[in-house]
Amino acid sequence: MLKIIKNKMEQGCKTSTYPKEPIALYHRYRGMPIINQDCNNDIVKQCAAICPQDAIDTADKTIDLGRCSFCGQCETIGDGAFVHFSEDFGIGAATRSDLITGGTLPALADHSKQHFKKLFGRSLQLRQVSAGGCNSCEADTNVLTTPFFDLARFGIDFVASPRHADGIHVTGPISKNMRQALMDTYNAVPSPKVVIASGCCSISGGPFHGSDEVVGDLGSLLPVDLYIPGCPPHPLTTLHALLQYFK
Amino acid sequence: MDNLLKIQNGIAVSRASIPELPYDQFFTTLSEFVRNDGFIVQFFAYKDESSHKLLAVLRNSELYVVGTKVGSSFQSLTRNVSEKFHMFEREIAEQFGIKPDGHPWLKMVRYHQNYSGQSDVFGNDYSHEIPGNYPYFKVEGDAIHEVAVGPVHAGIIEPGHFRFQCAGEEVLHLEIQLGYQHRGVEKMLPTVAQKRYPIICESIAGDTSIGHNLCMCQAVEALAGLSVDRGARIVRTIALELERICNHIGDLGALSGDVAFNPPAAYFGRIRGEFLNLLQVLSGNRFGKGLVRPGGTTHVMGEEQRHLLREKLTEITPEIEHVCDLLFTAHTVQARFEYTGTVAHERAKDLGLVGYAGRACNLPYDARVSFPCECYGELPANTNFVTNGDVNSRATVRREEIMHSLQLICLLIEKHEQLESAESAVHMQDHELIPDSFVVTINEGWRGEISHCLITDTKGKVQRYKIKDPSFHNWTGLAMSLRNQEISDFPLCNKSFNLSYCGFDL
Repeated sequence: MLKIIKNKMEQGCKTSTYPKEPIALYHRYRGMPIINQDCNNDIVKQCAAICPQDAIDTADKTIDLGRCSFCGQCETIGDGAFVHFSEDFGIGAATRSDLITGGTLPALADHSKQHFKKLFGRSLQLRQVSAGGCNSCEADTNVLTTPFFDLARFGIDFVASPRHADGIHVTGPISKNMRQALMDTYNAVPSPKVVIASGCCSISGGPFHGSDEVVGDLGSLLPVDLYIPGCPPHPLTTLHALLQYFK
Repeated sequence: MDNLLKIQNGIAVSRASIPELPYDQFFTTLSEFVRNDGFIVQFFAYKDESSHKLLAVLRNSELYVVGTKVGSSFQSLTRNVSEKFHMFEREIAEQFGIKPDGHPWLKMVRYHQNYSGQSDVFGNDYSHEIPGNYPYFKVEGDAIHEVAVGPVHAGIIEPGHFRFQCAGEEVLHLEIQLGYQHRGVEKMLPTVAQKRYPIICESIAGDTSIGHNLCMCQAVEALAGLSVDRGARIVRTIALELERICNHIGDLGALSGDVAFNPPAAYFGRIRGEFLNLLQVLSGNRFGKGLVRPGGTTHVMGEEQRHLLREKLTEITPEIEHVCDLLFTAHTVQARFEYTGTVAHERAKDLGLVGYAGRACNLPYDARVSFPCECYGELPANTNFVTNGDVNSRATVRREEIMHSLQLICLLIEKHEQLESAESAVHMQDHELIPDSFVVTINEGWRGEISHCLITDTKGKVQRYKIKDPSFHNWTGLAMSLRNQEISDFPLCNKSFNLSYCGFDL
């Protein structure tokens, strides 16, 4: 007992003050890309050639955040001339096309479905389905329940049964071997329900795009309401997206 | 032993130098090796021109490789020699349709069509997408009941199916069927551009991003003749140790939560995040993605990063010691940890368990010591003191490894400081690989021995990419640990192993 009290004193309260106060991530973190539209075409082509995810469109000078794994190679190779990844972690989007960006994203809060805000704004219960995910998306979703992020204080929880859920949160490129289980889980959630695609795998197949063992795109199976890009999305990206979209 | 070619971790050899034995000789060579305390690192098939070949990478205190040619079947080593071959032979059957004759439990590993177009060994119809489509091992009797769990589990975890055969609360047998995470990684790698390699390898198992990607990078470095500067070696070693610490700490917290002792669960959950953030300081990503590339690292560790690392470690090391003390001295925790989920030493050895699961059963093998790469040759080894094979041993081994890794990182930061800053960052580029070569790389990831094998063809293209996650050895260990346990002890046993689904499923 004494040890518990001693440890509690030492640990103190570690819960983040976000979103009341802004939170700064370390400058090496790669969030929302800042794109230089005036960049020399040769550099853009060089960046596109090295991009392992083929996420860069050289004609429009855009990056598809749904494909991007945020490895940062395009920033290194062009020395930041074309793209620089900022520390802005708020990169969730309501439509797939919003993720193909020239450097800006529409404000997520304005694009969410209003009836979702009304239905789920005070209480949102999600069923997480890992469908071929590498476990980093899952792990960084799980940390939202740790004391630092403390997701439950916003009325958002991950639940064990799809019957208790308001929607599903899907990670992974949807391996063929998980397709049926994913659909079963979705069907077991009562309507109206939310579908969230988390991580570049569930949005575009991510690192596994092109593999014939994966479906590669959640949108081809289910109507996706909220996209959370990243490889994996930073916990704050997920938190930001959930708060903006549902609150 | 005369039939085997001695090789070294991360050093390429020409394919011509690998002995190719007739199968009966291959069989006796492997039998003798395994019976004399030898272990299997890799054992896999690949297609070479029109025929199929098998290749085995073996270890005792050294590493060896040997090959053979097979037709549509071969005599099973599992049945006649050792359980160590069990999963490997099933994998060969699934990947290439080559049947291990006499295999005692020939069932699919991941549920997918084979690569060679041969008829399916298991008679599966892959137009049905469910890997659970399999007659599970059944115990029959009046008092017997069956519990089926998964693939979708209650928490935020990966999918897998667990089938318990129980008499009341007691588990007689647990069968684990995986494959739900199968993404076709091995099949895909030889067909994609090299620039995709690190991104794919970092996602083989996201909690082992550094470990798997390091294996790939070392293999490419060996095949492309790249040298890595000392600064980058130190950063890579630090990253691998940070990965170890954050996973061990997270699991100790989860173990604590599983026995309903909440304070350490909350504290360790938060402390794990601090280590993920340190990886972010080094690499910009909480899992170290985007850091390790063939030839070095994409980011150098400057004075600023060294300072942040040092500060955080100084602050957090006593906290870890205190929370560990809180966890391991609580009687309620001891009562649940001790004598739960025991895997006996002999059984662990038969199965070839690796990593902390093996070390907790008094199999001291640690690839950092046996086949050191990066900076491990100059670092002190760890010793484990509680090795009874139960949950308590696995938890204690992890506690000891956390403290050891913290010490290693402190040593490495100091070494780094004495370096001239001649280091430079690298980025991914296509490298020409030596044709007709073979290389195996081994790293001690946080779960244990990770290994990648690359075989190049006459043009220097990757002909076969073979990956082995430590979970491939250890899942059977988890199934064994549940024998005659209460079913309510499953979460605890499971967490004490914490194996990778996607690392296994590939």
